[in-house]
Amino acid sequence: MMEIGLNHYLVLSTILFAIGLVGVMRRKNLLLLFFATEILLNAVNVAFAAISHYYGDLTGQMFAFFVIAIAASEVAVGLGLLIVWYKRHGSIDLDALTTMKG
Amino acid sequence: MFEAIAFYLFAFLTIAMFFITVTTSQALYALTALAAGMIFISAFFFILGADFLGAVQIIVYTGAVMALYAFGMMFFDTTREVKEKQGNKYIIVGLSTLAAVLVVVIFAAPMVSENIVALYPAIDGVGNTQEVGLVLFTKYLIPFEVAAVMLLVAMVAGIVLAGKKMDLSITLMNDVEIEEEKNKKVLS
Amino acid sequence: MEKYLYIALFAPLVGSLFSALFAATPKKLFTGIVGSLLIFTSFAASTMLLLYILKTGAPIHVTMMTWMETGDLYIPFGFVVDQISVTMMMVVTLVSTVVHVYAIGYMDHDKSFNRFFAWLSAFVFSMMILVMSDNYAGLFIGWEGVGLCSWGLIGFWYHKESATWAANEAFIMNRIADLGMLIGIFLVYWNTGTLQYDEAFAVMPGLDTAILTWMGIFLFIGAMGKSAQFPLHTWLADAMEGPTPVSALIHAATMVTAGVYLVVRSNELYSLIPNVGLFIASLGAFVAVFAASMALVNRDMKRIIAYSTLSQLGYMFAAAGLGAYWVALFHLMAHAFFKALLFLGAGNVMHAMHDELDPFKMGGLKKVMKWTWIMMTIASLALAGIFPFAGFFSKDTILEAAFAEHHFVIYGVLLFTAGLTAFYSFRLVALIFHGEERYKIFGIHPHEAYRFMLIAMSPLLILAMIAGIFKEPFFGMVEEILGAAEYHIHSHAIALIMLVGTQIFVALAILYAYKKYANKNVTVPDGTSAIENSFIYKLLFNQYYIPYFYEEYIVKPYRELSEVFWTKVDMKIVDATVDGIAGIVYGTGEKTRQMQSGNLSTMLKWMVAGLVGLLLLAVVFGLAARYSDEILVFLSALGV
Repeated sequence: MMEIGLNHYLVLSTILFAIGLVGVMRRKNLLLLFFATEILLNAVNVAFAAISHYYGDLTGQMFAFFVIAIAASEVAVGLGLLIVWYKRHGSIDLDALTTMKG
Repeated sequence: MFEAIAFYLFAFLTIAMFFITVTTSQALYALTALAAGMIFISAFFFILGADFLGAVQIIVYTGAVMALYAFGMMFFDTTREVKEKQGNKYIIVGLSTLAAVLVVVIFAAPMVSENIVALYPAIDGVGNTQEVGLVLFTKYLIPFEVAAVMLLVAMVAGIVLAGKKMDLSITLMNDVEIEEEKNKKVLS
Repeated sequence: MEKYLYIALFAPLVGSLFSALFAATPKKLFTGIVGSLLIFTSFAASTMLLLYILKTGAPIHVTMMTWMETGDLYIPFGFVVDQISVTMMMVVTLVSTVVHVYAIGYMDHDKSFNRFFAWLSAFVFSMMILVMSDNYAGLFIGWEGVGLCSWGLIGFWYHKESATWAANEAFIMNRIADLGMLIGIFLVYWNTGTLQYDEAFAVMPGLDTAILTWMGIFLFIGAMGKSAQFPLHTWLADAMEGPTPVSALIHAATMVTAGVYLVVRSNELYSLIPNVGLFIASLGAFVAVFAASMALVNRDMKRIIAYSTLSQLGYMFAAAGLGAYWVALFHLMAHAFFKALLFLGAGNVMHAMHDELDPFKMGGLKKVMKWTWIMMTIASLALAGIFPFAGFFSKDTILEAAFAEHHFVIYGVLLFTAGLTAFYSFRLVALIFHGEERYKIFGIHPHEAYRFMLIAMSPLLILAMIAGIFKEPFFGMVEEILGAAEYHIHSHAIALIMLVGTQIFVALAILYAYKKYANKNVTVPDGTSAIENSFIYKLLFNQYYIPYFYEEYIVKPYRELSEVFWTKVDMKIVDATVDGIAGIVYGTGEKTRQMQSGNLSTMLKWMVAGLVGLLLLAVVFGLAARYSDEILVFLSALGV
């Protein structure tokens, strides 16, 4: 227990990922849904960094680095779209978003 | 030993913060908790010796991304309570737990962990930042450049989407048309 | 010589196809003429083959092409012309030629003139295949072909409900019997390994008697249907719905004799199982008297002649069952001539009387239709077996055969039937041609048939008179392959007594018929006389109530059963299953359509579910790969 191994980090990452999944499935407000998406990305970053450390390989950190970059751009574009939608429909509730009903 | 204490402490904090993020009904609390969680994640990076990554996490994520979200929150009317019609709670929790368990099983299985081989081994003696710099600008140069372009595109997209009257370009219109636009604004 | 075989076989087909081209157009005389010419060509070719067989006695055997060759089964389209088949060929082509020419006149005013000749020539072609084939499969093809053409010809005037019903009855009854025949053919193949006549018969003596008995019985069941033996006989009388030339050709001379041909062709089989032969002979004798009894009181001219055919078929089967195959074949030949002549004469009478069929409404027609009268009288004399006409030589030989083999019951029955035959034949002749002209009450103005029709009938007339002289040459021709059984009655005196006694008995019957029906007192019965209401009369007139029995106790329950199967089984079970499957598919689609709700939250939940599924698969396969050796050990312990 005292010796923190790779498995500890992986378990932690998995728990965080699961929490993110819960948020993604649960949230009806689009903005809060984006928050849950951020949690997912962060969990993955932890895993990457942990693996990188324990195997002495820098690839993991590189990947985490690029994930952060992508997350940032994704937030920018996502919020922009959200704004447009809000201007048009006046609400960002997910249940009102069913124009693509099949 | 310190490592263990730090790990468990920050793990507990992170999980708690993220849990608040997904379960609270107040948007402001969710935002704050998310920001706190991001900081604690960076703590992990420092524990793991990924200094550069930790710093980047704080600056980019907690600083820029959270700031963006904060501005976004100001734009939307999120001060009132978020009313959410809930689906089946058990499905959600069940699915997530199952996913988590499965992933752990996969990673813990001996087969996966036995076959991992280091591609770009770390060099001893130099600090983490120098190492990152060495790999980033040699092996990962192209992704680096592409990421830069992508960030540019995202920035432009964000501006265009969010700005007012972004379909007009003032530098391309002559003075007469600018006058018309101004008058239109006054009359309306 | 092979070319004559192919000409004889395929000329009718060419005629049929040619006429079929014009089947939907109004009457064109040349279809009849071309058809008749082609059948005559077939007759000429058959004559060449007959002369060849008489001269050399060697059969001609050709294999045109292979039909089936799979595994051990080899069935060719092969044809053989030997003594038996050349006899049949002669009979068939001769009668067919006469009937074709006759039909040109008979169907003169019919608007489906061309279609008639197409069907008629097709029939002749099928019959030729039947008699010329050298294996049971080819025989069966011809068998079915004549059944089909018979259906088309009986139901020729298909707008008449009674005609279509009769056609269906004929075909269905034949089909029922064909099941038996098929089983017989299967047995032949199964036990001998081949369907070729010569090869199968070579193997048969070595087989178990029980198997041979079953083979014989089943093949005879097929013959029973085609030759209308009891209990599959009701279709023959109803088949008179078709035009008279059809009755003359099919139901007198050719199709109904196919059953006899089958038994004669399989004589090597039936010789090995004399018990079945005795059964066939007994059944034949029974049918002979059974049919003759029904003809005694009937008031439909063609039906009387049809029952007469049935009766004579019984004679043929009696002969064949007793082992006198050549006698059966000879009687077949002679019978074809005078029976066809009778039918064609009846056709003349029908035309003259505007399709009236009740002989009681005719009478005294000999004044107006002299030639028809002469022909029908001579044909009836031949039928009755009066010396020196054709029937005497064949019928008497059958009687002799029965007596000589010590089957006295069969002999007695056949003798009694001969008397009945004479009686009802001359009852018919007397009612139609003699006595007072009752038809005048009904305002009918009869006239004789066309000249060329009478000329066409004349070959039959001549043959009905002189066919007896062919008996010895015929015997000489066939004795090699049909068994040289000359029937000698030990004492010459008994033979002479029998001969003369039979003639006297028959002559008395004829005179009695004339006395009763040729006088001036005959009136049209109207259902009130004592005889008409007697039990026996009613029994015979309604054909022993057998058609009624079939209708009530077989057809109606079967139809009920079919309806039950239709509504309860087919609609409720089969259709419900198919609809159910479609319903399930549709329902599943409806339910899964709700996945596409457009609601992002739901979609995300589905995404996570899919992710979990994939992870599960990864775990399972990973474990399987990791522990594959242990799993194999475990499974082999289970015995897989």
